[in-house]
Amino acid sequence: MTKQTQTSAELTTTEKVAFSLKKRHRKEKRFQWMGRLAIGFGFMLVLILLTDIFIKAMPAFHQHWVKLEIDYRKDWMKIDSSESVLAGEGSYRTTLKKSIYQMFPEVKDRKQKRSLFALFSTNAEFTIKNYLMENPKVLGKKVDVFVRLDDDIDTYLKSVNMPGEEFSRVNQAQAGWVLELFELKRIEKRWNTSFFLNGDSRDPELAGVKGALTGTLLTMLVTLLLSFPLGVAAALYLEEFAPKNRWTDLIEVNINNLAAVPSIIFGLLGLAVIINMFGLPRSAPLVGGIVLTLMTLPTIIIASRASIKAVPPSIREAALGLGASRMQTAFGHVLPIAMPGILTGTIIGMAQALGETAPLLMIGMVAFIVDIPGGITDPATVLPVQIYLWADSPERAFLAKTSAAILVLLSFLLVMNSIAAFLRKKFEKSL
Amino acid sequence: MIDLSSSESLVSDDIKINKTVGNIYADDAKMSMRNVNVFYGEKQAIKDVSLDLAKNQVTALIGPSGCGKSTFLRCLNRMNDTIPICRVEGELKLDGDDIYAKGLDPVLLRARVGMVFQKPNPFPKSIYDNVAYGPKIHGLATNKAELDEIVVTSLQRAGLFNEVKDRLDSAGTGLSGGQQQRLCIARTIAVSPEVILMDEPASALDPIATAVIEELIDELKEKYTIAIVTHSMQQAARVSQTTAYFHMGQLVEVGETDQIFTNPSHELTENYITGRFG
Repeated sequence: MTKQTQTSAELTTTEKVAFSLKKRHRKEKRFQWMGRLAIGFGFMLVLILLTDIFIKAMPAFHQHWVKLEIDYRKDWMKIDSSESVLAGEGSYRTTLKKSIYQMFPEVKDRKQKRSLFALFSTNAEFTIKNYLMENPKVLGKKVDVFVRLDDDIDTYLKSVNMPGEEFSRVNQAQAGWVLELFELKRIEKRWNTSFFLNGDSRDPELAGVKGALTGTLLTMLVTLLLSFPLGVAAALYLEEFAPKNRWTDLIEVNINNLAAVPSIIFGLLGLAVIINMFGLPRSAPLVGGIVLTLMTLPTIIIASRASIKAVPPSIREAALGLGASRMQTAFGHVLPIAMPGILTGTIIGMAQALGETAPLLMIGMVAFIVDIPGGITDPATVLPVQIYLWADSPERAFLAKTSAAILVLLSFLLVMNSIAAFLRKKFEKSL
Repeated sequence: MIDLSSSESLVSDDIKINKTVGNIYADDAKMSMRNVNVFYGEKQAIKDVSLDLAKNQVTALIGPSGCGKSTFLRCLNRMNDTIPICRVEGELKLDGDDIYAKGLDPVLLRARVGMVFQKPNPFPKSIYDNVAYGPKIHGLATNKAELDEIVVTSLQRAGLFNEVKDRLDSAGTGLSGGQQQRLCIARTIAVSPEVILMDEPASALDPIATAVIEELIDELKEKYTIAIVTHSMQQAARVSQTTAYFHMGQLVEVGETDQIFTNPSHELTENYITGRFG
């Protein structure tokens, strides 16, 4: 191949293409880099967010306990037999107080005593009560019992390397006592099981997510059980059976509009119709689930319709041509093929519902609820509302709890998505 | 789904179609259609077509794209019912019974008049399930052994059994194009229909697979009445006994295949088969 054309002023087509090709390649490179940059930036933001939450949440997963020498003296307890113990009698608060003062004999004046007593969780008297009920034989004896420290002291111990210095909400005397207990090796750091096993509480050292988690689980269950069958049935009917006319067009437009309605409106609807008109209980996961269903339905219907529409018509023709009825065609052939797409839409809708706070505030799921809900009509709250409540609380220890609850919420989301991904894979494989 | 574009520009308008040339009547008609008109909304796709399908014969419907042959074929098992704007007029009879009668369930009709489509469209299921689906929904088999037998004989009749007998549980979509189409034929005959409609069954296949399908069609006519739409005139000549030439929604000429291809009566038919257009 000789390259005589180079000398001539006229460029051949090949050269023109080669010249423009460089430019095209550059353009492509540029776009690829922009794409990578966008992905990298997004990833970085997520990473920063997660790290921040994780670091803030860390303290909430541990808790400091202190070993107290409790003297179950019968005169302090005002009982004299183990039967009375098992009956739940006895003045444990007095016993606790007197045992603590016994440990710190140098503390004499009233104000100091109050300050000393504040080192321990308000829950401590129940801890020593439980201990005695489990070991009724120790009545009248002196034993070591672990009780929780107050949340301020807990936070203090997590914030400083070595106790002894004054800290916010910890005075000099308290710091000294903590140091004393610390040097006696009476303070122990434990995994915070109460965070996962307790309901909400005004005391941060006792507050847990189990109530909100159960509430979320129940609410999501109601939402899923209502919105999935309703949404899929509606989508299937509209796509496969309904005549295409002005009415179905109107319905379609309205469904699309419904997806854009601010969620708090659904909360107002729930309050006005479901609670006030139908008289369902306030703050119940049942009502929350119904309200979230209203919100989730349009998402599921739209995604399902798109997915059903994408099923090749040849499959429908094949089934109809064999003499399958429209119902058999829709359920036996169209639905299984559309299922992965429907599941994707459902999980998007459910994820939205999982993070929703506003409509639930309107139906009373924002109430302070200590008990763990046992059913869908029990008062409950949900994780996002719990996060909102804790973020609003003045106690410092709730800061870590808030982040920890966010982590729990994210884990819940992850589990939910994983189940959906697993189901989707299964459906895709069976095709 | 259906190509409605007309081939007007290719044809000189001065050739008139007054009446179908040739004998539209068959001595032993399985299906007979009289004065069929089909409309898509305002547009008329089929104009006054009358034709018989002779029993245990292959009738080929040929003609340029958009001439209405597929539309006509789809009227025969009411597949056009799925298109809301489609309207069918005229008299269409299967064994003397009106197939558009009010009380007639199209599901029942489609069990008697099966259809094989242009693109192989097996269900995304196993080979076995593909063939067993029809008998299952119609309740043709009372137990598993009967169902097995139907599946095996259908696959045998479609000439596919030897190729797939070791992998009946593998996906039907994993077969080659020609095998898929034979699977679709097996699926259709598993319901034991009386008539099989084929809409360009070999147009997506290579010559070897096409030859296999053509041979199969020839064998199937012993048991079934077959109507086949095809773009390949050689195919029509090879497999059919009667050929009907459609042009712009009208039936131009019907006759014995040999006669149509060697000595067509109508000018349009002659133009088409000699390759002047189409």
